[in-house]
Amino acid sequence: MNLQFVVDGLLTGSMIGLGAIGVTLTYSILRFSNFAHGDFMAWGTYATLAVVSAIGAMVGKVAPIAPLSFGWPLIVALVVGMAFTALLALLLDKVLFARLRSQGQAIIVVMASFGASMALRSLLEFTFSSRPTYFSRAIQIAMPIGFGIRITPDQIALLMLTAVLVLGVHLLMTRTQTGRSMQALSQNAALARIVGIDVASVVRVTWVIGGALACVAGVMIGILVQIRPFMGFDMLLPMFAAAILGGIGSIPGAVLGGLIIGLAEAGAVQLIGAEWRAAVSFIILIAVLFVRPIGLFGVRER
Amino acid sequence: MDLLGYGAFFLTTALIFSLVTLGLNLQWGLTGLFNVGLAGFVAIGAYTSAMLTTPDDAARLGGFGLPILVGWLGAMVVGGIAAALTGMATLRLRSDYLAITTFGVAVVVQLVALNAQKLTGGPFGIGFIPRPFGSLAETPLLFNLSNLAVVSVVTLIAYLALEHLSRSPWGRVLKALREDERAAISLGKSARFYRVQAFATGGAIMALAGALQAHFTGFIAPDNYLPILTFQIWVMLIVGGSGSNLGAVIGSILVWAIWAGSGTLTSILFPPEQQARAAALQIAAIGVMLCVILLIRPNGLFGDRPRRPWFGRRTKIAQAKSSSGS
Repeated sequence: MNLQFVVDGLLTGSMIGLGAIGVTLTYSILRFSNFAHGDFMAWGTYATLAVVSAIGAMVGKVAPIAPLSFGWPLIVALVVGMAFTALLALLLDKVLFARLRSQGQAIIVVMASFGASMALRSLLEFTFSSRPTYFSRAIQIAMPIGFGIRITPDQIALLMLTAVLVLGVHLLMTRTQTGRSMQALSQNAALARIVGIDVASVVRVTWVIGGALACVAGVMIGILVQIRPFMGFDMLLPMFAAAILGGIGSIPGAVLGGLIIGLAEAGAVQLIGAEWRAAVSFIILIAVLFVRPIGLFGVRER
Repeated sequence: MDLLGYGAFFLTTALIFSLVTLGLNLQWGLTGLFNVGLAGFVAIGAYTSAMLTTPDDAARLGGFGLPILVGWLGAMVVGGIAAALTGMATLRLRSDYLAITTFGVAVVVQLVALNAQKLTGGPFGIGFIPRPFGSLAETPLLFNLSNLAVVSVVTLIAYLALEHLSRSPWGRVLKALREDERAAISLGKSARFYRVQAFATGGAIMALAGALQAHFTGFIAPDNYLPILTFQIWVMLIVGGSGSNLGAVIGSILVWAIWAGSGTLTSILFPPEQQARAAALQIAAIGVMLCVILLIRPNGLFGDRPRRPWFGRRTKIAQAKSSSGS
């Protein structure tokens, strides 16, 4: 067996994990599974693509940074895209989710997110057509790093970016007052309100983190694979499976779950064939639900 | 004459949709179980029946050439078992897990339909599915009308059976579980057992609808069972009003009329190269419509009550916040 699947798995796992952070936060703090999360990914990616093209139109062609396939425009565009996706999530919460939440009917919110997901994705298809596009069509030479593994500079950069982001979110959740408020709200909403935690601001932070990370995950897919309106929707099942495998509400769990699923998928592609890849998350999901439904780092419901 | 033929064709399709919606109404409207993978159960029914009834085919397994009624029965059994297994895996957990799992079921069924060529014919699907009254195919009008008659009878039977079930002691237990789980459990009713039964029955009805559709068109392919189907059925149920069987049927006909009408409209208004984009806009508009209905009229046209779905232990918090009466 070729060890190359480790690199592929870690990369897929990073994309899943970054997305799963948003899913797990929404689930533990807002208490619903957001089926529109994948479409945040796609919207963020298309927004980033639009900004890249806009910069390209304004300053002309920019040479990529030494070994990478992209230059500073993509980095600037990514930051803009993250802000845009966060705003989109906030907006959707304001016009839709918050109103339904206030009626106290949690499962209706899930259904609304399903409807919103359809609408968001179809709007992308309407605006950009369903044809796949790319950030760059340049082909990178993969460097051998031993054990028969090859990796491109882009892949190294994106793995490092993932590590930095995950560490950052983890520190935010554990070391800051905002993070502690978020944990309090997810553990006991009523008590959190009583001690005077500003619920509205915690909800805002949740959407901002979830949206921004979804955008990063989407741009990673865009750089390494391709950009399509369905790119986020196809990630939905792996993201849910990762969030549940890691334990709802746990950031390290979501990332670890994502990596496990990414590695399993990459292994399955080598052993069985790429066409069965999507079934891997489902099998892992069912196994977790039967064996340990609270996940690796989950806590029992209070 | 053409108009009559088209009317029969339209109504046949709409009634098949309403059969799926009736199944969903049993799961969601009556029992509060959230199924976002119903396209998977419809596909299971269609493929099962197709495999049982088509003539022998060397390229794939099956083609048993059995009578159509056997195919329908087989579809219900397999669809019911699939739904029961899904329910058993998830119904002891929080309701969102059921939603995610059903979503996964649809993804996996789609994968099997596409990739297990030996079983499902792969992307090209299964053809030569026998049609009831196939001998009438030379006279389209008669053929359409006889199809309509068959589908109407099946839908009517399902409707009457479901109406009876929801008033029976069994249906009352489901309603009791939906309204106040703890009270029902304290009366000695096993919540999980009843929910698995309801979910399996709903799945069987959906599978039957898939089988009907397969025998009505004579050809099935994985493309027929994309998430968009799940979405259409949900809009139909919500528009009609979940909880009401009559609402499920009328909602299906109404939404299918809007869907087919707006489809015709876009095909007239837009040039051929813009069709795909226009279709995307159509889906977006209906997605927005679903959200708006949820916001302003969550009970739809015929919804029976302010709903209070099963949400595990979380319900307590939600109930404490909402008004105490119902």
